[in-house]
Amino acid sequence: MATDPANVRAGTRQHIPSPEDVIEGSSDEARSAENLMESYLGRARDIDAARMLGYVSVGLGLAALLAPRSVGRLTGLQEHAGLLRFIGGRELASAAGLLTQRDKAPWLWSRVAGDAMDLALLGTALRPSNPGRNRAMGTIAAVAALSAVDIAASVRETSRRSERLPRAKAQAEPLVEHSITVGRSPQECYAFWRDVTNHPKFSRMLESVTPIDDRRSHWVLKPSGGSKVEWDSEITVDKPGEKLAWHSVGGSPVTHAGVVQFEAAPGGRGTIMRVMMHYRAPAGRLAAGLAKLMGKDPNRQVREDLRRFKSLLETGEIPTTRGQPSGRRSLLGRLMPDGRKSNELSAGENV
Amino acid sequence: MRANCWNGVNDLRVENVPDPKILNPRDAIIRITSTAICGSDLHLYNGYIPTMMKGDILGHEFMGEVVEVGSGVTNLKPGDRVVNPFPIACGGCFFCKSTEFSLCENSNPNAWMAEKLWGHSPAGLFGYSHMLGGYAGGQAEYARIPFADVGPIKVPEHLSDDQVLFLSDVFPTGYMAAEACNIKPGDTVAVWGCGPVGLFALASATILGAERVIAIDRLPERLRKAREHCKAETLNYEEVDVLEALKEMTGGRGPDACIDAVGLEAHGHGFFATYDKVKQSLRMQTDRPTVLREAILACRNGGTLSIPGVYGGFLDKVPFGAVVNKALTIKTGQTHVQRYLRPLLDLIEQGRIDPSFIISHHMSLEDAPLGFEMFRDKQDECTKIVLKPGMPSIRRGGQESRKAGDGGDSGTLH
Repeated sequence: MATDPANVRAGTRQHIPSPEDVIEGSSDEARSAENLMESYLGRARDIDAARMLGYVSVGLGLAALLAPRSVGRLTGLQEHAGLLRFIGGRELASAAGLLTQRDKAPWLWSRVAGDAMDLALLGTALRPSNPGRNRAMGTIAAVAALSAVDIAASVRETSRRSERLPRAKAQAEPLVEHSITVGRSPQECYAFWRDVTNHPKFSRMLESVTPIDDRRSHWVLKPSGGSKVEWDSEITVDKPGEKLAWHSVGGSPVTHAGVVQFEAAPGGRGTIMRVMMHYRAPAGRLAAGLAKLMGKDPNRQVREDLRRFKSLLETGEIPTTRGQPSGRRSLLGRLMPDGRKSNELSAGENV
Repeated sequence: MRANCWNGVNDLRVENVPDPKILNPRDAIIRITSTAICGSDLHLYNGYIPTMMKGDILGHEFMGEVVEVGSGVTNLKPGDRVVNPFPIACGGCFFCKSTEFSLCENSNPNAWMAEKLWGHSPAGLFGYSHMLGGYAGGQAEYARIPFADVGPIKVPEHLSDDQVLFLSDVFPTGYMAAEACNIKPGDTVAVWGCGPVGLFALASATILGAERVIAIDRLPERLRKAREHCKAETLNYEEVDVLEALKEMTGGRGPDACIDAVGLEAHGHGFFATYDKVKQSLRMQTDRPTVLREAILACRNGGTLSIPGVYGGFLDKVPFGAVVNKALTIKTGQTHVQRYLRPLLDLIEQGRIDPSFIISHHMSLEDAPLGFEMFRDKQDECTKIVLKPGMPSIRRGGQESRKAGDGGDSGTLH
């Protein structure tokens, strides 16, 4: 189908998804799909030391809990059957944490603490009067080796966690950058972007953009967090087929600036577009609304907007599943005993 | 309408759902006349493909009659009888233009999810998880087809549903796998797995000029189909050591090309099969690469390893050293079905192959959950189930599912 911008404008207005849709469907579904994805990736990540140690804990825990006497004989701790039962319980608690919790760091450290306890206990078993003294020595060596693994895993997991935290905080003033290859000429890409009224078609954050004059326009974000976020924007650099830059002007509390470059891709493969954008709002409700629109990952918003820009230019439409059927049930449907009542407001229906 | 919905691992239900609507200008709606259960649907059924959600409609092998088209579709009209390819492709992006339709850049609205797992996203697929688009599938009475001006192919009235249905997936998939082997005169091609894709790979390798094709499976009825319909020699891996046997059969050199038509739920036997099962159930690896390992070791030096079997995630203990030192070529990918529709339909029309030989059962759409169970457990010599919307259900006291005539007729390749 032709991708004459006029066609695009006429044909796709009603298909523009709403901003809370990170994936197609309601935001609840988006979250659950995201969680599914995370757990799948987590499962596959580098054979997962935490999970391995979890299984070690299950083994040790069950042995100590169910057969404390045999374990005692084997380890040189035959006088401490009661304590061994306790140790078994502790191991199982660590195992439960390691195998079921998403944040593994505290559970890994619980194993390190357990190792320290065990080593202290084994130290007491080294006294000459203990007949299992030699076995206790062997056990100390084994526990020490396992402690090294535990400590290494704990340190790594903790540093991983601290890497995650600051990233989550840094969302107040995102500067986002992204590029994409579009199978149209730089001139066509430039022209579609330059007509600011096209932006709400591919950007999920925007409610509307209204031209004021040739260089200035009024931008309104989708309502979010209770306050209306809007500003006037002015084009500062305008090189047809090459580059566009703009920034917000006038009394708006929101500052927004951006630049997009259009570059012919090698071998006649269309246009490489590089976009850089910056949003900033004073602390308070405006900032909260903006943050909500940008989501956890502002990069992703821009990336998805660019993807939709590409789809519009290459195919004349934006791929969607919003409004397609599914067997997802409403609360009422779930209560029906035969589970056969489907939900009219299912899947992506806009509710 | 009625549709077969995924409700969790091993939990499918045929339910009432809303009818599909035109959502984009290039959409079409078809009324489905035949829809099949694919071996790759079993990976969803058994829970090995991530990002499924309760209520998702399954099915990606289907055909039917166009009932409605969007304003952007000019090549189809209501009443046309079409077969639909399982990947969704826009026809206009970099990959579509080079006929790599299953890599379409514009058809997966959830591309970011696939990018997280694989670096880049392939095309959206019908009924195959949210990571691959979240599109409602075709085990239903109706389906919405995006980019309908690119995908579906019109089929002539004189060919039955059973003869053309498999153009949607398994026939092109087997064909592309064989084509990837770059078969030369005198070549021997070994195929692991004699499910529908394996059988079509065998048949296609013969059509493409292989001197010998060798089929490997454990189910006698499937090996029989390979012998009778694909002119294959057969090996039952429960009876012989496959590596030894292949060496013996090829004068010590090994097959020129090996095709893994099994994928991530290989059965196998012996130490590594058990090791994989344990690791997969402990969720420490996602896929069981039993067949892949064997095919790598079996393949001759400088040979081709073609992998139509589906893998989803991460594989363990793959002898990659053998791949490098034996200078193997690996070819794989979801099938670029749109590329093969016309040439393969021509083969069917010329009578050079009748794809309906893989069918073992016809059942009502209502009995889809039962069909999945039978297919998973290989009950009743189940090789391929075609579901028919509107056919009376067994459970409602209707007629029995029809088992396809399995006569040793004159063979399928002509």
